[in-house]
Amino acid sequence: MATQHSRSAARLMMAPAVILLLGWMLVPLVMTLWFSFRRFLPNRPDIVPGWVGFDNYVRFVTSSAFWPSVQTTLIIVGGALLITIILGVLLALLLDQPMWGQGVVRILVIAPFFVMPTVSALVWKNIFMDPVNGLFAHLWRAFGAEPIVWLSDAPIFSIVLIVSWQWLPFATLILLTAIQSLDSEQLEASEMDGAPPLSRFFYIILPHLSRAITIVILIQTIFLLSVFAEIFVTTGGAFGTRTLTYLIFQRVLESQNVGLGSAGGVYAIILANIIAIFLMRIVGKNLDA
Amino acid sequence: MGRIVLDKVTKRFGSVEVIPPLDLTIEDGEFTVFVGPSGCGKSTLLRLIAGLEDLSSGHIEIDGADVSTVPPAKRGLAMVFQSYALYPHMSVRKNIAFPLRMAKLDQAEIDRRVSNAAQVLNLNDYLDRRPGQLSGGQRQRVAIGRAIVREPSAFLFDEPLSNLDAALRVGMRLEISELHKRLQTTMIYVTHDQVEAMTMADKIVVLRAGNIEQVGSPLELYNRPRNRFVAGFIGSPRMNFLEGAVAAKHGAHAIGFRPEHLGISLTEGEWRGKVGVAEHLGSDTFLHVHPENGGETITVRVDGEFSARHGDIVYLTPVAEKIHRFAADGLRIQ
Ligand SMILES: Nc1ncnc2c1ncn2[C@@H]1O[C@H](COP(=O)(O)OP(=O)(O)OP(=O)(O)O)[C@@H](O)[C@H]1O
Ligand SMILES: [Mg+2]
Repeated sequence: MATQHSRSAARLMMAPAVILLLGWMLVPLVMTLWFSFRRFLPNRPDIVPGWVGFDNYVRFVTSSAFWPSVQTTLIIVGGALLITIILGVLLALLLDQPMWGQGVVRILVIAPFFVMPTVSALVWKNIFMDPVNGLFAHLWRAFGAEPIVWLSDAPIFSIVLIVSWQWLPFATLILLTAIQSLDSEQLEASEMDGAPPLSRFFYIILPHLSRAITIVILIQTIFLLSVFAEIFVTTGGAFGTRTLTYLIFQRVLESQNVGLGSAGGVYAIILANIIAIFLMRIVGKNLDA
Repeated sequence: MGRIVLDKVTKRFGSVEVIPPLDLTIEDGEFTVFVGPSGCGKSTLLRLIAGLEDLSSGHIEIDGADVSTVPPAKRGLAMVFQSYALYPHMSVRKNIAFPLRMAKLDQAEIDRRVSNAAQVLNLNDYLDRRPGQLSGGQRQRVAIGRAIVREPSAFLFDEPLSNLDAALRVGMRLEISELHKRLQTTMIYVTHDQVEAMTMADKIVVLRAGNIEQVGSPLELYNRPRNRFVAGFIGSPRMNFLEGAVAAKHGAHAIGFRPEHLGISLTEGEWRGKVGVAEHLGSDTFLHVHPENGGETITVRVDGEFSARHGDIVYLTPVAEKIHRFAADGLRIQ
């Protein structure tokens, strides 16, 4: 792909895909921007649509729900990242060991990833966390304890749990392939160098995984920022589980205020970009090495 | 100190016996080379000594202590791997210091030993680089550095030069030999390159399919190979073998003679043949001669000045006292 000719040919070939993707991205973005500067409540014929300048933006941030929702978003994303990466590394280490029925176990571990978020949230809500008939309730009662009403007593933790369960397979899979790419001679060398198992983990395996871990963090953050179904199905945004995404949804669909919701959407884009830039810095550093 | 004794050591992978019962003694300070064709169990044997593989049966003693079940770190051996196995995320300095940190030495002592090793191996300019920023030869030196700082009782090398280009290989070969002369520590060196074996070893162990074919000094193996396999394996180019009537005349099933132990003449000699390929090395020329009686090609080493071209007729005569005789079972006839 070095000559002038082949390069321009390549550009031509890529053009349809680029244009399609650009349109795909630009149309909704421009529409969101457009609506965010307008007063637009389609179900309220008495309110006349029109330009309002930055009104929507000011109202969105000054609403009492804004900062708590940012906080909730960060807690859920951070919590899920923490759990999936720690458990992901441990599971990957475990799955890397030769054991009987390895293939089946691996498929079982990956399975939650194939379950739709709505379904998995329902499964958790009704089968595990139900305060009367849930498995956890039975477990608690078996030990003579008062069952926890998960979704109202520990709502954020419950959602972090559900989301982590869904994303653990992804983290495990990426980390497992990374572990498998570790040169076994390096481990043997460190063994000969007198490193006990724990040191081997911290000095050899973990640094080797750092690149895979940053990739997992990056990809998961992008998806976790927009977690929605799990909240919708379980708490419906009550008990302080309203994330930024959920707040926007409420503004647009529950209060039918498209303008205000769009302004929230723009804030979400900004937040996502701040985090993305932040992460790219770290990832860039890690990927260079 | 580093006297290593293998006593009826065996190794099986599942039902495959890779090392049949094997006895071997490696004296303190000796440079021992394991050679043999690919897959003969050299690496396996080395890893058994290192403790990276469990013995199927038998015992290994280091300096009189039975270490058969002692973990690798406690055997006091250091190993240099074929892939170097450097830690890619650590600087050269940290790589070399790693075994010392694991041994919980104090920082001053670590610094002293690391700078010593860097001095010996010419690594001073690279101490703060990562392994990825070094050439193959430099990586090799770092791997050796990581081994010497531990001051082990013996070094184990598994084909450490096989990833290097020819020129570098010769240089590193000398460096390792020099290191051995200086440290006077036992070294076990695995290779399938018989030139490395001949040039470096105090003692060569020739292996075939896990069996020891012969143990001895390079010249012992060269002059008095115990059987046809060793005779063919040691020496470059390979020894020529003849069977049948010619061999019977010498009272043997087969006779062998090295390319350098053949006289060549343009006018008279024992065998008449036509020159096939001539390999000119400058100092020497290897001629591949096709005998006229239709026997196997004979390689002969002649002076670089000797001019013979493809298709020339030459006469070959083996040096009588340099002929090796072998019985039908391959063993040498004294
Ligand atoms: N982990 C293992 N499981 C089963 N068989 C093995 C294992 N490791 C080695 N072998 C077998 O043992 C034999 C000896 O292997 P080894 O690696 O010691 O050979 P080698 O002499 O070092 O060869 P090379 O010169 O190619 O490195 C081979 O036939 C190999 O297939
Ligand atoms: Mg090998």
